[in-house]
Amino acid sequence: MSAEPILELKNVHSGYGSIKALKNVSLKIYPGEVVAIIGANGAGKSTTLMTICGIVPIEKGDVLYNGMSVKNIAPEKLPPLGLCQVPEGRRIFPRLTIEENLILGAFYRNDKAEIQRDIEHVYSLFPVLGERVRQQGGTLSGGEQQMLAIGRALMTKPKVLLLDEPSLGLAPIIIRQIFDIIADINKNQGTTILLVEQNANLALQAATRGYVLETGEITLEDKADSLLHNPEIRKAYLGE
Amino acid sequence: MIQEFRKVWKQYAITMLWLLGLLWPLLGIHPDGTLSFEKTVTVWSYILAGTFVCLVIYIINSSGHLKIFTDPVVGTTRKFSGIAQAMPSWIWLSVLFVCAVVYPLLTGRYATDVAINVLLYICLGLGLNVVVGLAGMLDLGYIAFYGVGAYTYAILNVNYGLAFWFCLPFSAFFACIAGCIVGYPTLRMRGDYLAIVTLGFGEIVRIILNNWMTLTNGPNGILGVKPIGILIPVMENGFTFEIFWVKKLEFFYYFALALAIVAIIAVKRLNFSRIGRAWESIREDETAAELMGVNTFNYKLLAYAMGAIFAGLAGALFAARMRFVSPESFTFLESVMVLCMVVLGGMGSIPGIILGVIALIALPEVFRELESYRMLVFGSTMVIMMLFRPAGLIPAKRVGMRSEERE
Repeated sequence: MSAEPILELKNVHSGYGSIKALKNVSLKIYPGEVVAIIGANGAGKSTTLMTICGIVPIEKGDVLYNGMSVKNIAPEKLPPLGLCQVPEGRRIFPRLTIEENLILGAFYRNDKAEIQRDIEHVYSLFPVLGERVRQQGGTLSGGEQQMLAIGRALMTKPKVLLLDEPSLGLAPIIIRQIFDIIADINKNQGTTILLVEQNANLALQAATRGYVLETGEITLEDKADSLLHNPEIRKAYLGE
Repeated sequence: MIQEFRKVWKQYAITMLWLLGLLWPLLGIHPDGTLSFEKTVTVWSYILAGTFVCLVIYIINSSGHLKIFTDPVVGTTRKFSGIAQAMPSWIWLSVLFVCAVVYPLLTGRYATDVAINVLLYICLGLGLNVVVGLAGMLDLGYIAFYGVGAYTYAILNVNYGLAFWFCLPFSAFFACIAGCIVGYPTLRMRGDYLAIVTLGFGEIVRIILNNWMTLTNGPNGILGVKPIGILIPVMENGFTFEIFWVKKLEFFYYFALALAIVAIIAVKRLNFSRIGRAWESIREDETAAELMGVNTFNYKLLAYAMGAIFAGLAGALFAARMRFVSPESFTFLESVMVLCMVVLGGMGSIPGIILGVIALIALPEVFRELESYRMLVFGSTMVIMMLFRPAGLIPAKRVGMRSEERE
């Protein structure tokens, strides 16, 4: 593991007005890792990702990306830096076609030939999408939409990919497929992945390290394997 | 056939009774307080007879007994649409263009007047389409920009004697500034809240126009605005230029046509550009657009400014045609009408909006013979149109347009 974290949260406090969603959250993500954040409903998992992306403002603390503070950088400036999020619930552009969705992922880029090659690459990762490039995103099934959302994020050429509940509302076989692709992206493209999941079992199997988030605070941090075998975690999150 | 009838007769009977209940207060209560039933019953029985015939034809058709007649008709229309699609679109566009050019030569003053109105509203509708149809922001005060454009030309012309062509960019510029002024503080809002704020802005502009006596002459309006002047070469005693004032409606028509064509081309190009794509992503999901690297604030502001520019240009032309501006031309109702044209025609669809404008400007003129029932017929036509074509008269053909164009 390299010494310098690519993404670091330092004692971050954030929230929505008077509601404090995150209290003193510190994370370190090293290049090439798959890190999972697990936690119950309302623990602040999605808020963590939204805070990193600057959608939810930071009250205290700092977010460092490649050693540089991104606290005051507007959300739309992050994809060019290599930080991109697949938001919770997919949030694709429903009335635009698959191809238009992907082109929008490459919005900040101007290299047409390269964009075309990346689109082909996404189609090779998700052949389902390649079969119906002109279909509107909103008419896809949930699993296909999740694939499109991941594909769209890949179009930004991320160095760090933030994934918010990729398994939400999907059939087990589709979830397996999507997690295989995530592992593939991590392995073959060297993309660092920060994964937020309610499905702790799944997330910890895919991850190298894990954090446990409880009511806005990090309560545990360990290797994914150790967390998976931690009796307390098994009791609280794996239903034993 | 009997079964088909069984399915609908209850609905039909209820609808007709409801119509009777609706018609009676409209036709049966007289201004002097007396009540009568005769007129209601006659009108109602006409409608009853008419709709019953339609119902019978519909039932015969849906049970398949009319195939002998409909099949050849469907066949020929299909053949014709096949031929139409095979022809390149520029042929259709040039036919339309020629029709538009010869229109004032073949029709009277009144028809030309209506056509100029249609052309100005096409420009307004397309401008509003950028804001509502592409960027997805509901704007209920759009006519304010039209007003700013019109007053800019009127004031610059009457007070400083500046020519139309000199003022035109200023009209666009000031409307654009107004767009940015309303946009900057309000674009953090979304949906309904934005609609209310824009509504307020529209009213503010109208009230300013109404009360700033020293600048706008208040409710009396500004009189004596010069029409468009163009330089034409004259060959008498050497080669000189002479100013020709476009006072005749037939001449003015061509300027309005030019503006409408510029607006159509501009909006079409914007729609299929990178900017258009950014606007559409904002309309679809603002947060997702932001996460994908779209600077949502700037693009929303740009949408406002672009929309306002079109309105400003149309406003300057409006002032040059009427040669008089007053705050009454820029009421909330006008904003709503432009919005209706966009929604009725089909948001985001250029041919749809053109048709929507024609429908909403021309229909009230066609129904003029119905006198006081005009607005009633107009309203019910709109309701029926929205029921049968909820996505607009010509819905935007979005699916895969860009992908196909590139191939």
